[in-house]
Amino acid sequence: MLGSIDYAMWFLSASFEVSVVVCILRARSVKRYLSIVFYMLAEVLASSGRLFVLLRAGYSSHEYFYFYYYSDALLVICLYFALMGLYSQVFQEMQVSRYLRIAAILLLGVTAWFTYGVVADSRDRLLTHFVVELSQNLYFVGVVLTYLLWGAMMKLRETRTRLIQLVLSLGVCVSAFAATYALRNIYPAFSLWQYTPPLLAIALPAAWAYTFLRVTEDSRLATAQVVSPNR
Amino acid sequence: MIAALIFGVSFTALLQFFVSYCRSILSASRGRELSQQTRELTGIAGGGVNGDEFRRLMQLVLLCPEHGDDAQAMTAVRIYYSILGILRDLAGRASKGLSSWLALEQGSCAYFAAVALDRRIAFSRELMAQQMMSHS
Repeated sequence: MLGSIDYAMWFLSASFEVSVVVCILRARSVKRYLSIVFYMLAEVLASSGRLFVLLRAGYSSHEYFYFYYYSDALLVICLYFALMGLYSQVFQEMQVSRYLRIAAILLLGVTAWFTYGVVADSRDRLLTHFVVELSQNLYFVGVVLTYLLWGAMMKLRETRTRLIQLVLSLGVCVSAFAATYALRNIYPAFSLWQYTPPLLAIALPAAWAYTFLRVTEDSRLATAQVVSPNR
Repeated sequence: MIAALIFGVSFTALLQFFVSYCRSILSASRGRELSQQTRELTGIAGGGVNGDEFRRLMQLVLLCPEHGDDAQAMTAVRIYYSILGILRDLAGRASKGLSSWLALEQGSCAYFAAVALDRRIAFSRELMAQQMMSHS
């Protein structure tokens, strides 16, 4: 049986995701933020599907478990697209977006192969464990990619406040997800991990909605102000 | 082993991203001028705000009607302020330089709260003006 908190979490998450899309549409920046629009719409679709499965099968059912984690793995792949969109904005003037796409696809393939390799050693827990392990590894690759992007932004002295905040909030959420999944792998019996990912899933669209609403496209900020402690 | 390594790296990255994200929010608000009304209401004079004023300013912010889109940033800054407070308590006696930098950062958090208050006061006035218009 679903409680009011579950409904509130679903509603909050969906409304933040829709607000991000609406902000982008209103600013007529769909072309620039196409990958983010795609990711947000995928999130809305996935969270609606999760609610449907939750209502039919219940919170502790296997159906919900598999639907949640497999849809999450697909969402991380969509998140990669959003990340690639941010990469191509940062490297806009260097004309390297084609190489970035190839590198991202290669990385994704290697991650899936590595995860399968690790879990295949213990066949008895393949179905149940693979999906959590895959999510953990996919998010970890996301952390590495976001960290590299942030490093490149500092090196290139990126000043677009909106882009800086989009990348940093993505970094916060992706690393929080990866850390949570890793802890879940270390302590699988601890029930708190079941509730953490849905809470974290609200944080990213909320942060992006704030950025699109509050930070204008032409506002500027020196990355040194964000990184250096003395400025 | 792999999970522990991933946790260690991810948690370190999380801290770095979180601090940078909060500083980017604070930097964006630093450039904004406070209105005279907010200055009078809060008793803020000059360019900066003392970090110890943060809690009082946040209480005032919570009294104003919510605009609806800054709650997430406020939560992030509140957590950042608390972390800074803990670090200030721990490092206060060890290093004077670090302690004064932490105090400066807390001052930026307080200024962010003042800017949020300023925005909410402006929003409340706008709401009131709209209501007056609709009644007349």
